[in-house]
Amino acid sequence: MKKWNLIVDVGRCHNSNNCFLSVADEYQRNEHPGYSAEMPLHGHRWIDVKKKERGQAPMVDVAYLPTMCMHCDDAPCIAAAKDDAIQKRNDGIVIIDPVKAKGQKHLVDSCPYGAIWWNEEKQLPQHWNFDAHLLDSGWVEPRCVQSCPTGALRSVIITDSEMERLKSEEGLEQLEPEIQTKPRVHYKNLHLYKKCFIGGTVVITDSGLEDCLEGAIAVLNKDEKKIGEEISDAFGEFKFDDLEPASGAYRIDILHPEYTSLSVNVELRESIYTGVHALTPR
Amino acid sequence: MKFSLILYVLHWALRFSSWRYPLFKKRLKEKDLKVQVRVADNSVGRTFTFRHGRVTSRSGVQPDVDVDISVKSSALGAELMSPPIDHLKRIEAIKSFSLIAAGPDELVNWFSETIYMVQRASWRWGTPVSNGEIRYVNNTNGGPVFVYAKGGKMVRLTPIDFDKDDPDTWTIEARGRQFSPPRKSSISPHGLASKSLVYSKDRNLYPMKRVDFDPKGKRNPQNRGTSGYERISWEEALDIVEAEIKRVNREYGPGAILAARSSHHTWGNVGYYISAYNRFINIIGATTTLLNPDSWEGWYWGAMHHYGHSMRNGAAEIYGQVEDCLKEADLIVFWASDPEVTNGVYGSFEGTIRRQWAKELGIKMIHIDPYLNETAAFLGGKWIAPRPSTSPALAQAITYVWVTEELYDQEYVKTRTTGFDKWRAYILGQDDEGIARTPEWAAEETGVPARDIRALAREWASKKTYLSAGSMGTTLGGACRSATGAQWARSMICLMAMQGLGKPGINFGGLQFGSPIDYNFYFPGYAEGGFSGDLQNSGNAISLYQRMPHLISMNPTQQSVPRLKMAEAILEGKAEGYPIDIRSIEGQFFPVRYPSPGHSEVKIMYKYGGSYIGTQPDSNRYVKMYQSEKLEFVVAQAIWNEGEVKFADIILPACTNFERWDIGEWANPGGYGYDWIGQLNHRVIGIQHPAIEPLGESKSDFEIFHEVCKRLGHGAYFSEGLTELDWVKRIFDASDLPKHISWKTFLRKGYYVVPPEPEATRPKTSYRWFAEGRKKDVPEPHPLPGSYGENFLDGLQTQSGKIEFESNSLKRFGKDPERPPLNKYIPAWEGIHSADLIAKYPIQLFSPHARYSFHTKGDGKDSAINDITDHRREIDGYFYWIARLSPSDAASRGIKENDLLKLYNDRGAVICAAHVTHRVKPGMIHSRQASAVYDPVGKPGYSADRGGCVNQLTPNRTQSLKTHSAAYNSCLIEVELWDGDPDIGGGNGSSLESVDESASVLAE
Repeated sequence: MKKWNLIVDVGRCHNSNNCFLSVADEYQRNEHPGYSAEMPLHGHRWIDVKKKERGQAPMVDVAYLPTMCMHCDDAPCIAAAKDDAIQKRNDGIVIIDPVKAKGQKHLVDSCPYGAIWWNEEKQLPQHWNFDAHLLDSGWVEPRCVQSCPTGALRSVIITDSEMERLKSEEGLEQLEPEIQTKPRVHYKNLHLYKKCFIGGTVVITDSGLEDCLEGAIAVLNKDEKKIGEEISDAFGEFKFDDLEPASGAYRIDILHPEYTSLSVNVELRESIYTGVHALTPR
Repeated sequence: MKFSLILYVLHWALRFSSWRYPLFKKRLKEKDLKVQVRVADNSVGRTFTFRHGRVTSRSGVQPDVDVDISVKSSALGAELMSPPIDHLKRIEAIKSFSLIAAGPDELVNWFSETIYMVQRASWRWGTPVSNGEIRYVNNTNGGPVFVYAKGGKMVRLTPIDFDKDDPDTWTIEARGRQFSPPRKSSISPHGLASKSLVYSKDRNLYPMKRVDFDPKGKRNPQNRGTSGYERISWEEALDIVEAEIKRVNREYGPGAILAARSSHHTWGNVGYYISAYNRFINIIGATTTLLNPDSWEGWYWGAMHHYGHSMRNGAAEIYGQVEDCLKEADLIVFWASDPEVTNGVYGSFEGTIRRQWAKELGIKMIHIDPYLNETAAFLGGKWIAPRPSTSPALAQAITYVWVTEELYDQEYVKTRTTGFDKWRAYILGQDDEGIARTPEWAAEETGVPARDIRALAREWASKKTYLSAGSMGTTLGGACRSATGAQWARSMICLMAMQGLGKPGINFGGLQFGSPIDYNFYFPGYAEGGFSGDLQNSGNAISLYQRMPHLISMNPTQQSVPRLKMAEAILEGKAEGYPIDIRSIEGQFFPVRYPSPGHSEVKIMYKYGGSYIGTQPDSNRYVKMYQSEKLEFVVAQAIWNEGEVKFADIILPACTNFERWDIGEWANPGGYGYDWIGQLNHRVIGIQHPAIEPLGESKSDFEIFHEVCKRLGHGAYFSEGLTELDWVKRIFDASDLPKHISWKTFLRKGYYVVPPEPEATRPKTSYRWFAEGRKKDVPEPHPLPGSYGENFLDGLQTQSGKIEFESNSLKRFGKDPERPPLNKYIPAWEGIHSADLIAKYPIQLFSPHARYSFHTKGDGKDSAINDITDHRREIDGYFYWIARLSPSDAASRGIKENDLLKLYNDRGAVICAAHVTHRVKPGMIHSRQASAVYDPVGKPGYSADRGGCVNQLTPNRTQSLKTHSAAYNSCLIEVELWDGDPDIGGGNGSSLESVDESASVLAE
């Protein structure tokens, strides 16, 4: 049985919000009987792009994280719903019945991902249903995928075993691994949003003028064990990524054959730019 | 065929169409009239009588008809009325008075339109899809779209996925890989949000009159912006407009009517302002608005003096760069360049995938911008953040490194440029000024560490580098819209001249322009003027006029008001500006003074759209202008009740492009935007079906202009008896489309994708000819032949034909101390050197273009875009504009995320929501320009604005006093937590006086 999955590449998302806008266009002022009631004009973001800025000037990067209903196979909302108000379809899509779900505000809290939105006017829990009404009438992909300008969103309809293979081939992850609900939305390059970096700049002074040092070796150590190595670029910058937030003490050794080495101790909480490190000639 | 027989057949054609087509039958019921068509000597004649929807006809000439149409001879009559209509013959007959229509304008138009309806009665459009929906096509400023409609309602709109009948795409081979774009169109957020704008609660749906405006009694102009409105009928509204036009023409003479517009419009070649509006203004005769080149500024006033390209407003050639960059370049330097935000112009996200390819190929990126912009965040690479307005200093320090370390193309400089020795001496401090432009010197100025400047200079020179200066490659970008905008753009030319512009891998561009598409397939851009007949103020005369003969139009009123000085013109009665005249480099040197000799001062304003308060600098001036009694009458023709529309006496409700007919090509302005289609992966030409009827009583701009014209007896002249759909068909016929697709297919399907250019005939790469000393071989018809100093196609437009480090045109002009021939560094007149001001206002505000909205389009108005948290922030139910500031500036002022802030200086105060971010360095605030919402907390013009029009804070001084240029990004402010008080900082609200002072100080 082929089922729908959505693959979100955090490394490709640049926050165009076309996914959100296509949802707003599809569901605001439109009712899709059997699938969804109208989305309110404001306050609901069924696809919600979250932002994470990491580091400090001049070393800052930004990751955007599109979030939405995960269409979990073990969806807590289905268990929490009365009157079978939420159904899992054979193609993997979770649908909140816009009639049966009326008044069931507790469903909002049943979603561990916060992907169910409460429509106060209609007294209705609502979510992004993968544009099921369009797929059922022959569309080949949901609208958020169609209008995504960067290829950050990809929908695939494949068997679960094919999906498992794809997950390992492409290194796809769950948004929240500790939530064991078997989501059908899978993430790539999630570390750009969830993990941290340590960066810095290596400089030297030559004839009284400060210069960036290219080619210095920066070695990252944790608990006296080398865990990474980077080479400074033309601007003297190095960056170690994919580190756990609040993961404690690190030491960076900065080495270059023509200069004396330098060590920098870092206590990592959030991503950090450690500043300018001046090496002196041997 | 004989004329008498044609007339006889026409009668039966009318009757047949009425029997066969219900819409035509309905049309005939609209009016009862008697029309006679005859030969002038009465030798042939036939009368058509329309009564209660029936048409009868009889041969012969009658004395008592409503409309009398006469032709000079029977032969001419036969010629004019034999299908297909020969429009050239038709207008020649009109112009020579061989074809005369007498009778009320309304009836003449009706009859002509009805005759044209016969030929289109059988036309069908739209594609039925599932669920009872019909799929139509339309174009937006952000890309072409499918529009699905059902039961008279828009259901959705999407980008266009190409089908199996559409052509295949192109492939570029670079470094062992093959790249092809997806076979679909992309869409900008402001395009995708269109439905929410069509159904916005802020639509003007009915003609409105300000309650305390009485054209025959008290007009109360001082209450504009505060008093309410009452609904009136179209008849009443048009009566007032007509009476006011006639009154001021008789009372004051030519010049009294000011036609004021913005820079953009909703899409479509017929309805675009350069088409319908220009024709209307030319016909009624009015003072026009002299636009500044608002997104080009520094390029137009500066860059062109070093390398020409006046006909591109100072922008560079745009051919072949996609392939050359992907194949050859090692590095792209983005400088004040954020194409992921501005999308070229109109280019949706077409360049995005090409920049992703570059990243995949390992082409390095450097981003120079005071803000870590979206392109930088997306692509990664080194971020270098100069203070706003200081980029020219950074460029000079790069030059210093190149000169002192000999990191430049000395052969190219010797053979392809002039004036380098003088420039070199200036840079090294070996001139009168004696200041070496070292990285240390620039570090003080820019805030960029000297080591980074040296690294940047070395990295750039050691690699084959593309420079994306501004988001189109050249042009746009915040740096060109500052006090040093011209200096910055000039320095970009001088830098590339040292690195061998045009050699493989060395060029302008950030992969936004220069796709390998077919540039020869003719479809007119909107700047070619549609049916304007305006041969002076559009590109109409170049190609479209010959392909679509129509009556020319010319404005008899030779007066214009510089847009940036409109408030001064009205309030003080005088203003000076400089024109956008692209025929030569020197076109910009001619001052335009208001009032013109022998012309009346402006007394009434015909305002088109309502964007000035959001988009023009120091925009509280405009509020004061609207409240002045010197403007006796203001009519606003607008789709939405936004911005300054609320200051009008009469509001005429216009409909959107989804409610009227039009036709257009994605991202194709033509004219000043020649071959901007080069930013597309596929050329898509689309008809614009009216997916729904106009909402409320709104009408298309074409219809509104036509109505006003009819009241002045100009109705037949305005429309030539054709409806919008007839003009759409005529533009189709005038293009190359009929060679490739039938009208019926095009009308039904709605779009045509132009096949890609075969690889062998793709355009050559820009400037390769110049670098190699050959004749120009890129397909742009610029400059004018007389601008080549010696042989045609030989060299650039400059006097020397080369890139000039010392500009000959500025030397010849010699009257602008702020634009010396050598591009010397003159610090911003409002910035870090403004000692007194900076003590009071220590923060530099910079306000680049908005991302999700297109200027004011898409913002406010209850659109879906408001819910994007990077566009506005909803706080206590109100959507606030966003001000981005550094954590240290926030901390020192006790500011937290989403706190409400007051940004203020002597010019005004704007309330924004705080976004605290490391993407802005201390001492700066980033807040995008062009809020559509003007919502003063207290008295308009004198109180804080909750809507977010940060342009209330920006200076109205032009970059140099001898230009007509805006300098939004040289602006000092202070910021504090907002306590709800309505006052503006400084408190006196007298920005006009303070401006005059600064102007006179500088003149000394």
